[in-house]
Amino acid sequence: MAMIEIKDIHKWYGDFHVLKNVNESIEKGEVLVICGPSGSGKSTFIRCINRLEEIQKGEILLEGRNIYDKGVDVNELRTEVGMVFQQFNLYPHLTVLQNVTLAPIKVRKMPKSQAESIAMELLARVGIHDQAKKFPVELSGGQQQRVAIARALAMKPKVMLFDEPTSALDPEMINEVLNAMKDLARDGMTMLCVTHEMGFAREVADRVIFMDGGAIVEEGTPEHFFTNPQHERTKAFLKEIL
Amino acid sequence: MNYDFQWNVVLSGEYLDWILSGVKVTCQISAVSLFFAMCIGTLLAVMRLTRFKPFVWFTAIYTEFFRNTPLLVQIFFWYFGSDGLLPRFALDWLYDHDFEFAAGVIALTVYTSAFIAEEIRSGINSIPRTQLEASRACGLSFVQAMRYVILPQAFRIIIPPLISQALNLLKNSALCMTIGVAELLYMAKQIESYSFRAFEAMSVATLIYLSISLVVSFTITQYNKHFMRTVSY
Ligand SMILES: Nc1ncnc2c1ncn2[C@@H]1O[C@H](COP(=O)(O)OP(=O)(O)OP(=O)(O)O)[C@@H](O)[C@H]1O
Ligand SMILES: [Mg+2]
Repeated sequence: MAMIEIKDIHKWYGDFHVLKNVNESIEKGEVLVICGPSGSGKSTFIRCINRLEEIQKGEILLEGRNIYDKGVDVNELRTEVGMVFQQFNLYPHLTVLQNVTLAPIKVRKMPKSQAESIAMELLARVGIHDQAKKFPVELSGGQQQRVAIARALAMKPKVMLFDEPTSALDPEMINEVLNAMKDLARDGMTMLCVTHEMGFAREVADRVIFMDGGAIVEEGTPEHFFTNPQHERTKAFLKEIL
Repeated sequence: MNYDFQWNVVLSGEYLDWILSGVKVTCQISAVSLFFAMCIGTLLAVMRLTRFKPFVWFTAIYTEFFRNTPLLVQIFFWYFGSDGLLPRFALDWLYDHDFEFAAGVIALTVYTSAFIAEEIRSGINSIPRTQLEASRACGLSFVQAMRYVILPQAFRIIIPPLISQALNLLKNSALCMTIGVAELLYMAKQIESYSFRAFEAMSVATLIYLSISLVVSFTITQYNKHFMRTVSY
C-alpha cells in the first residue's frame, strides 16, 4: 500500500481552478520533489495533504485511509503529517525548546521531561542543541528553519511536507537546511518537497514532478527530468532555473 | 479670592473614613468589573475570529450596541430595568445583598467588555495568520492554538490599549454614584453636603483618581517591559 495516494483531486478558489485532476502515489520512504513556476499550485497541492486547504473533488489516502472522511480527526491527521514553511513560522514568544515541545505536551499529553529529552535529541540531530534556551529572534534564518524541522519531527510524523524551505534564506545558510533534509531522507522519511534546489533534487529525490497551471505536466526520475525532459514548458522552466 | 481652604476638615475623622471606604469600593467595583470584562472580551474576540456566522453576528451586534450607547443609560437600564429581566428569586437575592454594586458591576462589565473585545480582536489580527497555520499544522486544535500561540503574543501587543481601557473603567466607575454605589465620588459628594467644603472634597477625589490611574499604569508598563524583548513584531 502506498503511503499517500492522491486520486483525481480538484480544487477551486471561487471560479479559479487551482488544482486540476492531480494524481500521485507516494511510497513509504520516497522523496518527491515538486517544482514549477510561481502560481502553479505547488503550495496548494501539498497543503491539501495535511488539510490546511480543502479539496472539492477527488480523494487523498494516507496509508489507505481517506483523510477527508467525516470521521477523521484533523488534529490527529496533522500529527502524522509534519510541515515546514518557507517563513519558518516559529513561535516568537517561546524558546527554541518550547517551540519543539509545545505540540507533544499539549496534543500528545506527553510529560514535559520526556518531551524535552526527545526535543533535545531532535535539536542535536539538526545541529542546534546548544541554542535550546534562546528565542527564535536570536537565531539566524538557517538555524530557525532547522528548529522548524525539529518541531515538525517532534510529533513523529509519517510524512513530511516542505514548502520552499530554503527560499527565504541567505545563500550561505541554504546548505545547512538542505543537509538536515538529506539526513532525514536517508533515514527513510517519506517527504514531499516543493523546492527549486536542483542539487538537492538530484542527490536525494526519487522522483521529480513539474507542475504548471494547477496540473502535473511532467514527472520522472531526477535523471530523466534533468537530462531528457519531454515537455516544452519543462524545458523552458529548467533553462530558467539551472 | 477669599475662600478659606480647610483641608483638615475633609482629611480627618469620620470624613477620612468615608473617603477611605469610597476608595475601597471604587477599587473593588473596578477590579471585579475588569476581571469579568477581560474574560467576556476575550471570549467575544475569539468567537468573532472563528468566522462562524452566528458568532460573528452576535459579537458584532454586541460590541456595536454597547460601545455606542451612553454608559449612564446602560447603568440605569441594569439598575432600574432588571425587574423585567431577572427571575424573582435572583432579584430577591440581589436585593438582600448589594444590589447597587451588582448592577454597577454588570453595567461596567458589559460596557467595557465591548471595548476590550475590539482591542483584543485587533491584537489577534495583528499576529500573522501563518502563526495559526503553523500551530494547526503541528496538530494543535483551534482553541489550543489560540491559548498557547496566538493569545500570548496578542496580549503583549494589546497591553497598552488594555491599560487605557482599564483606566477608563476606573474613571467610569464614578458614574455608579448615580445608582447609590458608595464609591469614591459618592463619598466625596456626601462629605460636601455635610461639610459644605465642595472644593476640598472634590479636589481630594480628583487627586485620588489621578494617583490610582498613575500607579496602575506605571506598574503594568514596568511589568510589561520585562516581556517585550521576546516579541519580534
Ligand atoms: N486563498 C487563496 N484565494 C484565492 N486564490 C489563491 C489563494 N491561495 C492561492 N491562490 C492562487 O492559487 C494559485 C496557486 O497558488 P500557490 O500558492 O499554490 O502557488 P505556488 O505554486 O506555490 O506559487 P509560489 O511558487 O509563488 O509559491 C495562485 O495563482 C494563487 O494566486
Ligand atoms: Mg508556494
